[in-house]
Amino acid sequence: MVTAAALACRRLCKAFTSGNRVTQALDDIDLTVAPGRIAGLIGPDGAGKTTLMRLAAGLLRADAGELRVLDLDVSREPLAVQSAIGYMPQRFGLYEDLSVQENLDLYADLQGVPVAERGERYAELMRLVGLARFAARLAGRLSGGMKQKLGLACTLVRPPRLLLLDEPTVGVDPVSRRELWAIVQRLVREQGVSVLLSTAYLDEAERCDEVILLHQGRLLGQGTPASFSEPLAGRCHLANAPAIPKRRLQMRLAALPAVADAIIQGERVRVVTHAAGPPDLSELDAGPAGVEIRPVAPNFEDAFITRLQAERAEATPNPPLPGAHAMAGPGGAAVIRVDRLERRFGAFYAVRDVSFEVRRGEIFGLLGANGAGKSTTFRMLCGLLPASGGRLEVAGHDLRRAAAQARGRIGYMAQRFSLYANLTVAQNLRFFASAYGLVQRRRQERIRWALDGFDLERYADMASGDLPLGYKQRLAMAAALMHEPDILFLDEPTSGVDPLARREFWHRINRLAEQGVTVLVTTHFMDEANYCDRLVIMADGEVLAQGTPAETKARFRDAERPDPTMEDAFIALIEQRAQAAGEPP
Amino acid sequence: MLRHILALALKELLALLRDKRSRFVLIGPPIAQLLVFGFAATFDLQNAPMAIYNQDQGAAARELIARFEGSRNFEVVARIDRDDEIAALVDERRALLVLRIGPRFSEEILRGGSGPVQVILDGRNSNTAMLALNYTRSIVTDFNEAWAARRGQPGSPARLEIRPWYNANLESRWFVVPGIVGLLTLVVTLIVTALSVAREREAGTFDQLLVTPLRPVEILIGKSIPGLLIGLLQGSLIVAIAVHGFGIPLRGSVGALYLGMALFLLSAVGVGLMISSLAVTQQQGLLGAFLFMVPAVILSGFATPIANMPQAVQAITYINPLRYFLIVLRGVFLQGDSCALLMDQYWPMALIGLVSLILAGWLFRHRMY
Repeated sequence: MVTAAALACRRLCKAFTSGNRVTQALDDIDLTVAPGRIAGLIGPDGAGKTTLMRLAAGLLRADAGELRVLDLDVSREPLAVQSAIGYMPQRFGLYEDLSVQENLDLYADLQGVPVAERGERYAELMRLVGLARFAARLAGRLSGGMKQKLGLACTLVRPPRLLLLDEPTVGVDPVSRRELWAIVQRLVREQGVSVLLSTAYLDEAERCDEVILLHQGRLLGQGTPASFSEPLAGRCHLANAPAIPKRRLQMRLAALPAVADAIIQGERVRVVTHAAGPPDLSELDAGPAGVEIRPVAPNFEDAFITRLQAERAEATPNPPLPGAHAMAGPGGAAVIRVDRLERRFGAFYAVRDVSFEVRRGEIFGLLGANGAGKSTTFRMLCGLLPASGGRLEVAGHDLRRAAAQARGRIGYMAQRFSLYANLTVAQNLRFFASAYGLVQRRRQERIRWALDGFDLERYADMASGDLPLGYKQRLAMAAALMHEPDILFLDEPTSGVDPLARREFWHRINRLAEQGVTVLVTTHFMDEANYCDRLVIMADGEVLAQGTPAETKARFRDAERPDPTMEDAFIALIEQRAQAAGEPP
Repeated sequence: MLRHILALALKELLALLRDKRSRFVLIGPPIAQLLVFGFAATFDLQNAPMAIYNQDQGAAARELIARFEGSRNFEVVARIDRDDEIAALVDERRALLVLRIGPRFSEEILRGGSGPVQVILDGRNSNTAMLALNYTRSIVTDFNEAWAARRGQPGSPARLEIRPWYNANLESRWFVVPGIVGLLTLVVTLIVTALSVAREREAGTFDQLLVTPLRPVEILIGKSIPGLLIGLLQGSLIVAIAVHGFGIPLRGSVGALYLGMALFLLSAVGVGLMISSLAVTQQQGLLGAFLFMVPAVILSGFATPIANMPQAVQAITYINPLRYFLIVLRGVFLQGDSCALLMDQYWPMALIGLVSLILAGWLFRHRMY
């Protein structure tokens, strides 16, 4: 007898209407998830991952199509489905004023777990998630990773047959991410639970038994991770040119017609070509030393990008960025100076003893998990938050006290879309042009530049809140660059945008840096750190390391890891710190 | 500077008017409130239910009853003839007032004596009871005088000749509707401004605004202008409806009215922006607006006279801008006051506006996280 599928849907559709805009969140989805395995639901924001999860949990009703979970029809028997599954939404409802144990008790009560069975189940869960030592601690005082683990434990308090995890690793530090994955893998192995897990991190796809690739509500493919990357065999290479900086090499490689994708990986450039074999580098001006190139195995991200590119055949080529401040390349002068910066909220130090300098024309990264103090540092630099101690200077001013004109030299792009959502694209651009004091011809020119350079012309009269996510990000960037700032502040600019948009974004940043604009960027994507000239890694409000990406990684090179990634370096730093503090991580 | 402010004011207006919900909030509720207050909120007693318990068979009693039946203040809903029916009528609120005419009423007054008439009132709402009693008194006084005149008797020693100035018919609508102009402009202006910064804080756009070279004072002025404009439009609309729809006379100078309105709006905008810069979310902003609005209306003299309030509470009313504007409104509408006469109302509103705007500007910079 064939075991019933953990989840099966046929012709599943779900649309959402907001105002007069209809979003097709799921469009005619057919798929089957086998039991006893980890199925990864992969796709950028807006792909329909959460909608599918909520449909499967019986929290939404499908517009059309059939959805069966554990061989039960979700639309007919939502309660039966809900009692057989565990669902952990993106923001799990932990009660922050209750202790770890009290949260567990509460969910055990809600799920109707008999008191007699609880002792054993709790012990098992605590062993699984490793929170036994913290049973008495308030949930609100746990770290982000520990909260996710507690959420998982609460979801598992009554053993489910199918576990739905909606982006459990988003914003969690790399150490906790690894641990969460270990927990999920053990659950499947030891208890035979089926898991459907969604993620926007493409590197996590390779840890799944099976991958379901969604994009804008449509199913792009389903299969083992290897089945996605196999067709790319022979098309992936790592390139390195000793004579020119890696960012310049990447830009030149990306411009070659044979190249489908070029990104910075570690200290090299990863190149994916349209056809098998290395790209023709004869036209590439890489100096006397030339380009070293060697083949590598394709990974899931390569596969994802090439699929998306095929989807968007009409994708715009990287547009030129005319008219940004043409200044000399990286100069020696420090543009941003931070000295023993400190920010307290009551007795809690959000930022403590942070010092760094950013030179002109540099891309400088602030790295860390959610809650590491990156955004707080960032807000203090922009003058949005007063510092409790220490000194900071941006272009020679403390922006909090400086005259208004000093702010005219910086551009700012917030973490989430923060332009006026009910104004049109053109109205937003006009407002920010005026706010930055641009007048008459200059104002017209810059608005035209933004509409052309960011391909926003066709959306000019659309309310900016209704733009597709990638275009929102372009608009935000256009508004931030309107007045040709010398310094650009970017707070988690790439969180949630799809990998293609991320590439385009970094491409623009590279160009700006080449033109002498100083860029300060925060990110929790460790791989993006390689785009930075220099970076600091933060955890719990303190700087763990600073230097160039190569230096940072080199500190952790050993026999076991001859070529450590930024994530390896980050994890090693966290472990070092925990050891110094005298407690296991 | 001017360009910055204009750009900001334009953006504020666009953001407000492009949103269907906020357009509705600006138009729907004020019209509804105007109708409710204009038609339903009246202090006049009309067609109050009354019962008559007539134990007398004489002509004098019939004449007195006829006067009650003819009054538009009362409507006779029951005639009873037993004592124990009274309690049921009043208890069940079927009658506000029971008029009991004793068995010897006609006989007594025909003899030249005085006949007892008993009035039983439902005193649960003391205000209405007092009104009903006053109407009853005047009907009985009229009856007495007519009776005396017919029989050639001298009238009462002192006779009251009533000449109400400014509102000859003592219509309470003339008192209430000008007040609504103040009430509704306060509501709309406060909501527009109290939510403006909070809305931006929620959407994250306030940070974006603060990192531009716009100065706090420019942001403050830019954010005040839409509130002022919308308040002025709304106020003018309500004034027009009051004059043309409700027939309230506008006796004073329009200039005096608009000077008062402008100063009042300035203070309302100041208070609104102060609430706004304190509130982190729109919910807090709305709550703050109501927290200000309810006492502001009660302590304004809109419904109950300030002179009746305890001394300490009267002192609080001096910081309430609505108090001054209501005097301006009623002064201009009913008394025909000029600017010069209203000077004492203008300067406190200007002061409140100035202080609250300065405070709001300070709070912008110091309440940012």
